[in-house]
Amino acid sequence: MSATFVPPTLNVEEKLFQNRYRVDTGRPHIRVRNESTCVSCDAKACTVCCPAGCWRADPAGGIELVVDGCLECGTCRLICDQNNVDWNYPRGGFGILFKFG
Amino acid sequence: MEKFDVIVVGAGPAGNGAAYTLAKAGLSVLQLERGESPGTKNVQGAILYADALEKIIPDFRETCPLERHIIEQRMWLMDEDQTCTGMSYRDARFSQEPYNRYTIIRARFDRWFSDQVKKAGALVVCETTVTELLRNGSGKVIGVRTEREKGDIYADCVILADGANALVGSRAGLRPEITADDMALAVKEVLFLPKETVDARFNISGTQGVVIEIAGNVTHGMLGTGFLYTNKDSLAIGIGCMLSDMKKQSLTPYQLLEGLKRHPTIKPLIEGAEMKEYSAHLIPEGGYKALPQLYGDGWMIVGDAAGFVNAVHREGSNLAMTSGRMAAETLIALKAAGKPYSAANLAAYKRTLDDSFVMADLKKYQDVPTLLTEQPHMLGMYPRFLGDAARELLTVDGVSKRAKQQKIMADLKGKRSLLGLLGDAYRFWRAFR
Ligand SMILES: Cc1cc2nc3c(=O)[nH]c(=O)nc-3n(C[C@H](O)[C@H](O)[C@H](O)COP(=O)(O)OP(=O)(O)OC[C@H]3O[C@@H](n4cnc5c(N)ncnc54)[C@H](O)[C@@H]3O)c2cc1C
Ligand code: SF4
Ligand code: SF4
Repeated sequence: MSATFVPPTLNVEEKLFQNRYRVDTGRPHIRVRNESTCVSCDAKACTVCCPAGCWRADPAGGIELVVDGCLECGTCRLICDQNNVDWNYPRGGFGILFKFG
Repeated sequence: MEKFDVIVVGAGPAGNGAAYTLAKAGLSVLQLERGESPGTKNVQGAILYADALEKIIPDFRETCPLERHIIEQRMWLMDEDQTCTGMSYRDARFSQEPYNRYTIIRARFDRWFSDQVKKAGALVVCETTVTELLRNGSGKVIGVRTEREKGDIYADCVILADGANALVGSRAGLRPEITADDMALAVKEVLFLPKETVDARFNISGTQGVVIEIAGNVTHGMLGTGFLYTNKDSLAIGIGCMLSDMKKQSLTPYQLLEGLKRHPTIKPLIEGAEMKEYSAHLIPEGGYKALPQLYGDGWMIVGDAAGFVNAVHREGSNLAMTSGRMAAETLIALKAAGKPYSAANLAAYKRTLDDSFVMADLKKYQDVPTLLTEQPHMLGMYPRFLGDAARELLTVDGVSKRAKQQKIMADLKGKRSLLGLLGDAYRFWRAFR
């Protein structure tokens, strides 16, 4: 990193707010397989790599996953070295609805 | 029991290229798409290469929603937050019809393409996710299962055009799972500005457009690139990096994108724009060496699902449309000859690809992904060096130009041995030649 670069502090929710979604309430399409695996995971790459900020470290050392803002990219599935992400597409018609893409 | 000649999974450029070509030739086609309508799940920069679409729909220009035709390409090497070294190429010939490259908005483009597919006679069903493939006792693919009730549908061949995540093929064991090593994550925003403002800021008029490709330390040492494209009354800005790099560092994708937007070279270009969408998508960048088996008994893979992306030239949708068309033409020829869709017969698809620009280009750059991952200084050090050298030469401070040049050379040698430099030059030339 250059000496002058300051990582921007920003709220990803403000970006997601511009998007259109049809949330499948009560039927999350992504799940953590084993919560204790997340507790013992030091890297927690999901909290960095998810472009929608769906993965947050919780104070107890585990992970809180809220998929409402998910962009359905598939990143969390691939970056988890523990293969702890049970990943599926939402039901047809649900989830992100890109206006422009 | 409902049965089709062909089921196409996915309605992106690959699936649409295939479904259109098949339906036009009179085959019975069912196309399944998980989105509410085609395009609602898809993300692209987006540059459309006319040639690939022209070979499917020759008169596409008459009805296709196109944004601008590209008359100028800029290549910028940018650091994180200060400098930009660039070149631009504007060519008056790019303004002569028929135009060769356009910017498009994917959601609109995909809907248009899908309308053409329906007009050609295919049955297109949206809001339907394919969950698995149906096989018979000998392993031949005979149809698909959807999440709908009584959702099994049968066909003589299934074309997998389900995009970068390639879930259907990998869950059926037809191809290996994709990995973080072969995938880049790109994030993108669409920023709206009045057309006159876009015209003035990019020195264009009418339907002329400019595209900018961005490399260098804006990616903070990760293997990746950025882009800024002009649409009619909006700009598309994005940045993408390899997942294998991204998972090893601490900047989020939206921080990277925000960093790019705040860069002093970019900021005045997007000033005052209204952000109307934020999106993300994977790009398969493993190239030739990551290609899976492309066909088998009753199935074929096309487009991003097969990994057909030329990352060096940022081409994907054209390879998708072309591979979709070639898969379709293979089936059309076999049907006309009365031959079954067996693995041996479908091998003709691979041979057609091998003889085309698709494989030729993927082979040409097959060493680039490895080169850049194994020699990270190719991305970080050289772009930074170029910026430093330019600053040194352009700062008028009483030091002689010769002394400045000597300092630049000394800086470069300090960063890498002469042998290392020569090796880099050779490897670079080998990979891109
Ligand atoms: C940020 C970005 C910029 C890019 N820029 C360019 C560019 O400028 N020029 C270029 O040529 N290429 C570009 N590309 C690459 C290009 O977008 C892709 O190569 C192209 O979209 C691939 O087309 P496809 O049809 O194979 O896949 P997709 O376009 O991804 O289409 C797959 C379709 O299948 C559907 N689907 C997936 N799974 C299922 C299922 N199980 N059941 C039913 N439907 C399913 C999806 O909803 C989707 O509609 C870019 C990519 C990105 C991410
Ligand atoms: S990377 Fe995987 S194991 Fe680690 S916290 Fe995230 S989901 Fe859990
Ligand atoms: S699929 Fe992408 S956007 Fe959705 S939770 Fe995973 S990383 Fe985040």
